[in-house]
Amino acid sequence: MVGTAHPTETLAVTPEERRKLLQELLAKRNAGGLKTKDRLAIPPQEIPEQDADARRRNVSEVALGYTEEQARLEALRCLQCKNAPCIEGCPVRIRIRDFVGAIAEGDYRKALDLIKENSLLPAVCGRVCPQEVQCQEKCTVGLSLKDVSKAVSIGRLERFVADLGRNGSAAVPAVAAPTGMKVAIIGSGPGGIVAAADARRAGHEVTIFEAFHKPGGVMVYGIPEFRLPKAIVRQEIETLKQMGVKIITNFIVGRTRTIEQLMKEDGFDAVYIGVGAGLPSFMNVEGESLVGVYSANEYLTRANLMKAYQFGAGADTPIARSKRVAVVGGGNVAMDSARTAVRLGAEKVYLIYRRTEKEMPARVEEVHHAKQEGVEFHLLQNPKRILGDVNGNVVAIECLRYELGEPDASGRRRPVAIPGSEFQIEVDTVIIAIGNLANPLIRQTTPGLEFNKWGNIIVDENCRTSMTGVFAGGDIVLGAATVILAMGQGRIAAAAMNEYLAQKKLTRRNAV
Amino acid sequence: MSHRIVSKKQIGPDVFWARVEAPLIAQARRPGQFIILSVDNDGSERIPLTIAGADPTTGTIELIWQRVGKTTARLAQLNEGEQIANVAGPLGTPTHIARFGTVVCVGGGIGNAPLLPIATALRQAGNRVISILGARDKSRMILEDRFAEVSDEMIVCTDDGSYKRKALVTEPLKEVCQRSPKPDHVFVIGPTLMMKFCCETTRPFGVPTEVSLNTIMVDGTGMCGGCRVEVGGQAKFVCVDGPEFDGHKVNFDLMIKRINAYKRQEQQAYEEYKQHQCKVGLGN
Repeated sequence: MVGTAHPTETLAVTPEERRKLLQELLAKRNAGGLKTKDRLAIPPQEIPEQDADARRRNVSEVALGYTEEQARLEALRCLQCKNAPCIEGCPVRIRIRDFVGAIAEGDYRKALDLIKENSLLPAVCGRVCPQEVQCQEKCTVGLSLKDVSKAVSIGRLERFVADLGRNGSAAVPAVAAPTGMKVAIIGSGPGGIVAAADARRAGHEVTIFEAFHKPGGVMVYGIPEFRLPKAIVRQEIETLKQMGVKIITNFIVGRTRTIEQLMKEDGFDAVYIGVGAGLPSFMNVEGESLVGVYSANEYLTRANLMKAYQFGAGADTPIARSKRVAVVGGGNVAMDSARTAVRLGAEKVYLIYRRTEKEMPARVEEVHHAKQEGVEFHLLQNPKRILGDVNGNVVAIECLRYELGEPDASGRRRPVAIPGSEFQIEVDTVIIAIGNLANPLIRQTTPGLEFNKWGNIIVDENCRTSMTGVFAGGDIVLGAATVILAMGQGRIAAAAMNEYLAQKKLTRRNAV
Repeated sequence: MSHRIVSKKQIGPDVFWARVEAPLIAQARRPGQFIILSVDNDGSERIPLTIAGADPTTGTIELIWQRVGKTTARLAQLNEGEQIANVAGPLGTPTHIARFGTVVCVGGGIGNAPLLPIATALRQAGNRVISILGARDKSRMILEDRFAEVSDEMIVCTDDGSYKRKALVTEPLKEVCQRSPKPDHVFVIGPTLMMKFCCETTRPFGVPTEVSLNTIMVDGTGMCGGCRVEVGGQAKFVCVDGPEFDGHKVNFDLMIKRINAYKRQEQQAYEEYKQHQCKVGLGN
């Protein structure tokens, strides 16, 4: 596998035609004649992608990003609604209408600054946010055209300006005068990064503790390179360092030091817990400990963080070189696993999901990409057991067929097994991507912190935990969530933390 | 935070000992816990190693490892004063140390290293400690002197009889179990097959037997599940639920298959490494 992309534009429209269209539209707009009807008539701009066949053999990013003309055409599709419903769909309430407007004007710097008011990681969110169920779901353009896939591509526009900013010299956010307060951030994932930046901006001394040897959390170990290039994450971490945030890797809070030690002995005034999801769920079926059965966490960590796809050529961590792979699950992690297996050279990759495509929690785009890359979808099926040979290696997976029954608590129709419908699929590898349970490490080592029955930390609307000065957010609070929701909580927690620390400083000063 | 090798020596054929700077781990670690290290930050594999000892005052930990593959060979290649890029820990649930009464500590080969702090703590907790140490031959017997310091009784044997008693550890273990009164607790650390047979030895006597498992791991914090073993029919994670388990409930056969999952790739990596070392004239 090589790292070079083979961009192939598969779009019918030529760049020349696009340039012409943009000029016409801009002229019309400058003359004050660009009506809603005209905007709705602009063709939605498809993002250029690597050819599906080529990308099966590399780990380079699939979506290649808009050209300038495409970005401006797409931005001109925005109706600039007065009520801006898109903003309501955004967990961190980015000023979407205004930044899209700025792109239409060609003022990309302004667009990026507007985004950065609310989101610290636009290059990440532009790529991995599920926009189709957030901002874009509310978009008036999509609603008018009765097709959410024809909404203004807000995510792609966000990515466009973020990438321009990355390639230029992005400004390091200003840091307030030192407050003398120390903040510990546990976990360097999206929530931790945002919380660290916001706490540092307020002038606190901030240290991030990361259990792995590289910072970035799920963006580094989980989300594959072909969906989120690691260089982007490295750059965000670099920015934090330039702001003066200290990052300590190989530090497992709960084991290396406990939260109590950090606060009582090491002088940290506040703590943000953003340790992520933790423990992978298994199905508890026969054969799950056979050789060749992976949790998605393990499979993706080996491939992404440890670069197992380069085994023998710079990386020492091995991974199964599978021929036939079954991935169980229907979320983004399942798609990431299946598409990683394709890139590692599997001839057949089956995605087994017990409901239908409609109920899949994965993003439409990921499902689409997985199919393009040859992943075979086995819907309304679920494993009953995994079969092995005498050496304990996986040889097949036995599934049952399902049908959809009445809606369950989640509102989705409950899958019901059809008795006697067992059948086997010959595979040598099984990847289980059915979610995570909360990692118990913090719970076991932090008396005084309250958890719900699933082991998630209980917080109030400001991400405050039951312990004074301790805040938490992201997957350890929400269960399985998204990068943007973790970022949103990191931001809320940091605001509450900054307020708490201001109070604490005041009290301390008065006491002197 | 990098980790300097303060001192290092070879203590047997392919067996190495090193004292490594890791102040926080030295302070926090308890018997039974382990670390995960990688030699370089990029490209290196993460491997778990048990902590053989720690000195909080100098901020160092002791590591003992056997050269079996590329990563352990590269580690053996590092000299005093050089750095190990990443050392994370302490990991795993510490050994449950209690006053059991008479405790048998059975160590096999390199397993003596993680067993030593456990034997030491058991003795400090007021137990009568019987240590049974085994090795393939005389040159592979490690830490005997240090076990002698913390044991009330020592039984040392080698497979080939080149040193002290010629026996597998299961033989004296059975004899000790036959004594009256029988021992109250047994701890076994060594090669997986040895642990399996020790458990089979103690089972008929009904003596609780704990084993410390050494499986393949990536993160060591419960996130990947690669280390899972079947204990009493249930999947358990060695890194967070262990590394110690009731040996009578462990499915050793499945565990042996799982730890050999990457055998071929590991051998390939080691061979390529050795060839490369020969070419650059560093092989030893």
